[in-house]
Amino acid sequence: MNDEAGQRAPRKAVEIKGVSKVFGTYQALKPVSFDIYDNEFFTLLGPSGCGKTTLLRMIAGFEQPTAGQIFLHGSDIQGLPPHRRRVNTVFQSYALFPHMSVEQNIGFGLENLGWSKDRRDARVADMLRLVHMEAFAGRKPQQLSGGQRQRVALARALAPEPEVLLLDEPLSALDLKLRQAMRDELRILQRKTGITFVFVTHDQEEALDMSDRICVLGDGEIQQLGTPAAIYEEPSNRFVADFIGETNFLDADVIAVDGEQATVKTQFGMTLTASHKKAVAGQKAFLSIRPEKISLPAQDNPIAVDGTIMSTNYLGGYTYYLVEAGGTKLRISKRNSVSRGQMFEIGQSVKVGFAAESVRILGA
Amino acid sequence: MKPSSKNPNWNLLGLLPAHLIMLLTLIIPIGIIIVVSFSTRGPYGGFEYVFTTAPYKQLLFNEGWTGELEFNPQYLIVVARTLLLSAVTTSICLLLSFPVAYFIALQRPTIKVLLIYLVTLPFWVSMIVRVYSWIIILGKDGVIEKTLRGLGLVDQMDSLLFGNTAMLLGLVYSYIPLMILPIFASIEKLDPALIEASHDLYGNRLTTLRRVILPLTRPGMIAGAILVFVPSLGAVLEPTLLGGGKTMMMGNLIQLQFGGARNWPLGAAIAIVLMAAVMVFLIFQGLRSMRSEGLERAA
Repeated sequence: MNDEAGQRAPRKAVEIKGVSKVFGTYQALKPVSFDIYDNEFFTLLGPSGCGKTTLLRMIAGFEQPTAGQIFLHGSDIQGLPPHRRRVNTVFQSYALFPHMSVEQNIGFGLENLGWSKDRRDARVADMLRLVHMEAFAGRKPQQLSGGQRQRVALARALAPEPEVLLLDEPLSALDLKLRQAMRDELRILQRKTGITFVFVTHDQEEALDMSDRICVLGDGEIQQLGTPAAIYEEPSNRFVADFIGETNFLDADVIAVDGEQATVKTQFGMTLTASHKKAVAGQKAFLSIRPEKISLPAQDNPIAVDGTIMSTNYLGGYTYYLVEAGGTKLRISKRNSVSRGQMFEIGQSVKVGFAAESVRILGA
Repeated sequence: MKPSSKNPNWNLLGLLPAHLIMLLTLIIPIGIIIVVSFSTRGPYGGFEYVFTTAPYKQLLFNEGWTGELEFNPQYLIVVARTLLLSAVTTSICLLLSFPVAYFIALQRPTIKVLLIYLVTLPFWVSMIVRVYSWIIILGKDGVIEKTLRGLGLVDQMDSLLFGNTAMLLGLVYSYIPLMILPIFASIEKLDPALIEASHDLYGNRLTTLRRVILPLTRPGMIAGAILVFVPSLGAVLEPTLLGGGKTMMMGNLIQLQFGGARNWPLGAAIAIVLMAAVMVFLIFQGLRSMRSEGLERAA
């Protein structure tokens, strides 16, 4: 239906306009504004206490914004109680009704919407098939494993075909292996159903893996909003660079700023020009460089520094090295691409190098 | 580490004080009551060790002059009335307690503790004193009557005291804390996320109450119902003081047999029948809850 305009103009599923939340004297969320589009896997990412869950609960209707408005497909849902919002939630604890069977749990929302028994039964059967739980229809939640409960919670929330599905850290209660499998399943489920997913997590890896777009929240405000690649490659501030993945921070003095590019003098003594965010000439800045973007040993890198290996951590696919260079410690990850390939010893002198394109300059 | 496995006798020895107390305060007295209920009535009260089933027969039949038995529903009526009044008491307690317990459960922790303390406060005062205070409230020239007359709403009214209403009021008042506490405990255990989930899945307040909150707090309500129903069956004070002794309940009947009527064996027999009834009720309830738990555990 969006194709009528010729160009793909994504429809806004949720609009957050100047929404803030104050609990007593504590400002949980400063005024934030952004849009979530239809059929999008949108992630709210941040450390605990950043306001991400509060934001989700305001969309669901469990909390009222202190200020601002929330629109669901264009209509203001301010003041609507949760049961009048066509939005469903997958709770962190799953919150399955312990006195109801799997079927009854999934059918609960449909019943409240007034669906006929036949229609309900058909939908519940569809949902059970979707999450591969047909064999467990008659079970009670406490007779299911964590992963199975998770699937039932998903089926229950998806059954009423909500306009938006809200997921509150749904994977945090699962063990590592299962969590990995559920990530893929969630992504597939989102594509299959075409429902907008708003996913809350504190796990940056999870966010990078699954999301179309990520909104990084910190200290009650938006730190950066963008695709996983943009957030990882072009972090807009030190908080984001630090929170998403691993990085090395180097001190630098900004010499000149020219549009997208800034020239800085690094603590190694050399100057380099790289993309920047909020760098101001004459002021201090940080360089952020990811561990996997530093070459060890330096090949024909334009920038090379002498250093000493301080420690090595062998992690199977990768080896992490801590290298002392130019008065700072650099974390470097090196792919173990050749079986029992070259390893460096602690105390060994090495040359490390990187390209200016791999560096991100961040205003202090 | 495991003294019990080395010397199993330690188990018995350690539990001996508990067993002794059970024996002295529960088993032996019940045994005595059973013996008395099968004994012959003494001429001046008390009893004589002569075996007879007469007290139990007396519960249902009168012995005529010629020795033939004729059916006498007198005691059965008391039993029926007792069951009915206890059931009504339990129902009223249930209806009143749920909102109170829910309200308390919603409060901040400090207020919660205070309110629970207030609920249990009456237990610190003697039951007799508390029931007497109702006489002052309800009685002739009592607080209620004086207030109503002072306001000119009535000039002549029947005493509120000495009737089924006053008795029920007393019973509900006496036992309602026993209903509030277990219901409160089960509401406290309820995961708030379940209530949110119900709202989230388009359930309004009524649906949420009916389909989620009530079913999940049922164990507390059942526990409360047992705690109120059982002592109501044996209540003596309320019927005597507030009911005016006009409407008799089983408790009064038993007391009367040991006191004024000087028929200990009959009193003992009624007590045993009451106890048996309560035990059947509890065993039935226990089996039911065991079965429902068993069902949930089964794989």
